[in-house]
Amino acid sequence: MQDPSVEMRGIVKKFGSVTASDQVDFSANAGEIHALLGENGAGKSTVMSMLSGVYRADEGEILLHGQPAKIRSPKDAAVLGVGMVFQNFRLVQSLTAAENIVLGEKSSFWRGSKWIKNKHREIEALAEQFGLKFPVDRPVWQLSVGEQQRVEIVKTLYRGADIIILDEPTSVLTPGEAEQLFATLQVMKQAGKTVIMTTHKMKEVMASSDRISVMRKGKMIATLATAGTDELELARLMVGREVEITRQEREAAAGKPLLVVSNLEVTADHGRKALDGMSLQVCEGEIVGVAGVAGNGQKELAEVLTGLRTWKNGDIIFEGEPVKSASVRGAIDSGISHVPENRMKSGLAGRLGSVDNLLFKSYRSSDHSRFGFLKAAKNRSWSQELVERFNVKTPELDTPVQQLSGGNQQKLLFAREVSRQPKLMVAVHPTQGLDVGAAAGVHELLMELRSTGSGVLLISEDLDELLQLSDRILVIYNGSIIGESDHEHADREQIGLLMAGIRNKEASAI
Amino acid sequence: MDFTTQLLIAAISAGTPLLLATLGGILNERAGIIQLGAEGLMLMGAVTTCIVYIRSENLLLALLAAIAVTAVLGLVHAFLCVTLRANQTMSGLAMTLFGSGLSAYLGKSISGIPLPGTSPKLDLGWVKGIPVVGDIFGRMDSLTWFSLLLVLVLHLLIHRTSWGLHLRAVGDSPATADVMGIRVQLIRYSCITAGTALMGLAGADMVLAYAPTWNEGLTAGRGWIAVGLVIFARWNPLRALFCAYFFGALDSLGFRIQLLGSVVPPYFLKMIPYVVTILVLMYLGYRNRNKPSGTPESLGTPYIREQRF
Amino acid sequence: MSSKNASDAVLLNSVPAKSAKRFPMRLEYDASRTRSPWWSPILSIILALLLCAVFIAANGMSPVTVYDKMFRGAFGTAYGITETMVKAIPLLLCGLGIAVAYRISVWNIGAEGQLTVGAMAATAVTIYFPGLSSFWSIALMLVFGTAAGALWGLMTAIPRTHFGVNELITSLMLNYVALLALDYVVFGPWKDPKGFNFPGSPMFTAAQSLPVLGTTRLHIGLVFGLVAVAIYYLMIRFTRWGYELRLIGANPTAARYAGIHIKKHIIIVMLISGGLAGIAGMAEVSGVTHKLMQGISPGYGYTAIIVAWLAKLNPLGLIVTSVLFGGLIVGGYSVQTIGLPSSISEMLQGAILFFLIAGEMIHRFRIRRNA
Repeated sequence: MQDPSVEMRGIVKKFGSVTASDQVDFSANAGEIHALLGENGAGKSTVMSMLSGVYRADEGEILLHGQPAKIRSPKDAAVLGVGMVFQNFRLVQSLTAAENIVLGEKSSFWRGSKWIKNKHREIEALAEQFGLKFPVDRPVWQLSVGEQQRVEIVKTLYRGADIIILDEPTSVLTPGEAEQLFATLQVMKQAGKTVIMTTHKMKEVMASSDRISVMRKGKMIATLATAGTDELELARLMVGREVEITRQEREAAAGKPLLVVSNLEVTADHGRKALDGMSLQVCEGEIVGVAGVAGNGQKELAEVLTGLRTWKNGDIIFEGEPVKSASVRGAIDSGISHVPENRMKSGLAGRLGSVDNLLFKSYRSSDHSRFGFLKAAKNRSWSQELVERFNVKTPELDTPVQQLSGGNQQKLLFAREVSRQPKLMVAVHPTQGLDVGAAAGVHELLMELRSTGSGVLLISEDLDELLQLSDRILVIYNGSIIGESDHEHADREQIGLLMAGIRNKEASAI
Repeated sequence: MDFTTQLLIAAISAGTPLLLATLGGILNERAGIIQLGAEGLMLMGAVTTCIVYIRSENLLLALLAAIAVTAVLGLVHAFLCVTLRANQTMSGLAMTLFGSGLSAYLGKSISGIPLPGTSPKLDLGWVKGIPVVGDIFGRMDSLTWFSLLLVLVLHLLIHRTSWGLHLRAVGDSPATADVMGIRVQLIRYSCITAGTALMGLAGADMVLAYAPTWNEGLTAGRGWIAVGLVIFARWNPLRALFCAYFFGALDSLGFRIQLLGSVVPPYFLKMIPYVVTILVLMYLGYRNRNKPSGTPESLGTPYIREQRF
Repeated sequence: MSSKNASDAVLLNSVPAKSAKRFPMRLEYDASRTRSPWWSPILSIILALLLCAVFIAANGMSPVTVYDKMFRGAFGTAYGITETMVKAIPLLLCGLGIAVAYRISVWNIGAEGQLTVGAMAATAVTIYFPGLSSFWSIALMLVFGTAAGALWGLMTAIPRTHFGVNELITSLMLNYVALLALDYVVFGPWKDPKGFNFPGSPMFTAAQSLPVLGTTRLHIGLVFGLVAVAIYYLMIRFTRWGYELRLIGANPTAARYAGIHIKKHIIIVMLISGGLAGIAGMAEVSGVTHKLMQGISPGYGYTAIIVAWLAKLNPLGLIVTSVLFGGLIVGGYSVQTIGLPSSISEMLQGAILFFLIAGEMIHRFRIRRNA
């Protein structure tokens, strides 16, 4: 048996009281694609960050090609031939792709046009060798997400990495782009590189990897050859029990139309058309899922429905009444709740306590204030009640919410949005970054809302979540809905194709 | 000489301190650090120059002293903002307050004493013969020439060298720069120090070329105008040149108009640079409302390497 | 290898990785420690005094004599104390205005100009409506002063909200504009014809002056200040408006998601901020100088920034710090008698601010032993 190119032994990393990595052993060989599988928060990114020098391990040792390696910084890692493609790209947006790739290179202080031309040629040749295509001379902010990822990969190759780590590489890609990426990984494997990929998607792992290591709650559970396992076993290892997809079927059929959006046209921040001819409908007592790859107008759709963004053309009809202009207050008052994409950025005020955070949307009502003065005592007891009802674990009511765990933050946010008994709930990636238990809790709340007759518009990138919860699934692409299917007829592959913008006819033509 | 030529000469003379201070500001902000201490630093540069020049009668020594003093103050700002991650706005305000207080205190003893000389003029005999151009370039002093050279050097440094690439990366995304092995703190420290030294030099130029004695608060808000000019110039040294001279022209326009026998009270003419600064910034804000402004992305936010979330 | 216990603790990145081996200690940054200890402002004042002592000594004076003189001048006599209180009034009003704006991260450094136009507007009442009764002239001066200050604040707010211009630059530029406007009126149209060509408006009549306490110069403006602080406390603590400011201050994006119009609030706080500075200006001319002249403010607007920051926007703290800095200004004047410039107090203020912001951050660092 050949020597492993990467060997990690007994790696421990603690963040405060949380042990993110608990005595983890891991090894990977040159010329293989090794998948590190685990749920969000299982610790796979932490372990890989220690291999690439972003974090330093508290205990344990790392061997590269059989030699003990001291990796204290990303620079050390780069020198030792370890390169990592992060989930959030480490690219300077204002610099060109080529500038990003040569960044940090010490050679040649003076960089005239000849030097730049040579570098462009060199980078293009390298990119072509691995089947990666992108414009080298354009600023990164003008590139698509897929192209940016390619820049990242070429960056690691350019710096001579022979151990390449990709952190959740497909989370931002369309199924088609993902296929292309896997082809590139095969080329890298042929070239004798060690390719490590972290992911939580079992299908991809089965399709692309040679060996699989499974992590759960900071511990390494098993390492298996891909050929000798199946999805069911992987799922069991990942979650620790057989996964049972519980779907509460709705009791009653959907009621009358609650929200009708027709031919909506919305311009995004830099004058680009974000929504173009968007039409959809949400009825009372139904969960409508919106599937799509990030950046196809989901953010703008949520913002326009909750009054945060104005629209150019088209109509929004809520409860039979046309909405005249964008107003957050109007949306709140008419009973639209919003669970925004990034809870700490836009959903909660981290420095403030639970009471202030719960009051966000109701402080204007006569229940909570009179003549401009807040009813302090009443608001406190009301908050206490909500915190208990929604099982938010917080040391005190006044503890800044940034000190709560992600799951408890999300519960608090849901407590606020659900307690108002909304007619329509717009939830964007509501389970992002949550563990299984917390995610299940969120799912239950959404189904409860449906059973009380509210409509739910669930915008998510997690196809499993959508398939599990939605009564109808819509696929958003380039700012409009290009496909729809009800729960009974939903087909994973079909939706995947639609997400890439390939419509039925074209798909069958191929 | 006609009015326009005179105005151009005056614009360059009044614009040079603004240019130096703006270049200093560009260096700071390109590295992602707000420097609101320009006013105080210019005053400190001016008072140091005056004291040392009067005592030693050595101009070079005086300029070096001004650079040294303001560089040390820059190190204080760097320590607060880079190492301690303090609020950059507040640190800059403290710099301005401290600088104006200390300069007034130190300058009390030399207030009103004329300097032994001014900045030496570079005599370019062959240029002098050319009309207009000769009038302007034939009589510029060495600091003005230096500032012109500096514009070119900084422009090439930022856009044509590896150091400039690193600087731009640090200003836009220090985390990325760090991962790529660039020493973020070192670049920030050096840019802050060099930038504040330039602001000190700007103060020195003000007393040498403009008002050859020390007066309390003689910069009269020019440091703040320079802060605005950094935005006006969109963090670009070449643009800074034109912006600074434009404001230099505005600055001296009031005086020139008065000489022509204008009926407008001089106080209103003196308001022009301040009011125009606001109006120009408003115009830029209006014009750029829908596009990225070119502001270094990390401006004002301290960089912390290992963050959990 | 090292172990980490403190939550959110991160390694101080200016310490190179190598030094962890050689050096038995290391610095750790803990972002969760946002509250600095109560003694940190006091320590910064002491350190600032020490630093400035170096400069005083370098100038050939004994720092002890100078500080002793300053302290006695400000707090040593009944006259000194009332003078300190007189100086504390504008500091309190301006500082309060700055604090209100700073609650939602609006940096108003234009209190100096807002105070100046407030004083000018109040003077305009004495010039254009000379014969009013005591009540009406004071009331009208107060209204005009407040309105002028608020207008000056609005001129900072609008460029920020509608054109995205940094309010720091605008408010500062407007300070210079206000001072030049002041120069214009006192040298020009409002110059006292009987003033021996000295720049300044005619003296105010008794009806145009604020009532004072006994024979001192301490005027009723103090009551304005205290009432304003009380209202500020009540508003911030108990009203919807205070809640909205808290929300914007903590997370502007979330506030927008909660349906709060941030632009509207920026305009409101700048109106209040400018209005309070305008009241300060009115109180200065009507209560202290009794006429409009150059140098109506020895930099109250700038000192008030430190007052607000030192008080950490806390209402009671504002009262304490404004008295303290009032004392510093009076002390600065009293050293003039021993031949030192009064700018010494300005220098002290800057130094205090330096140590204050350093202290604010430095306690977040912990020295830990490397395991």
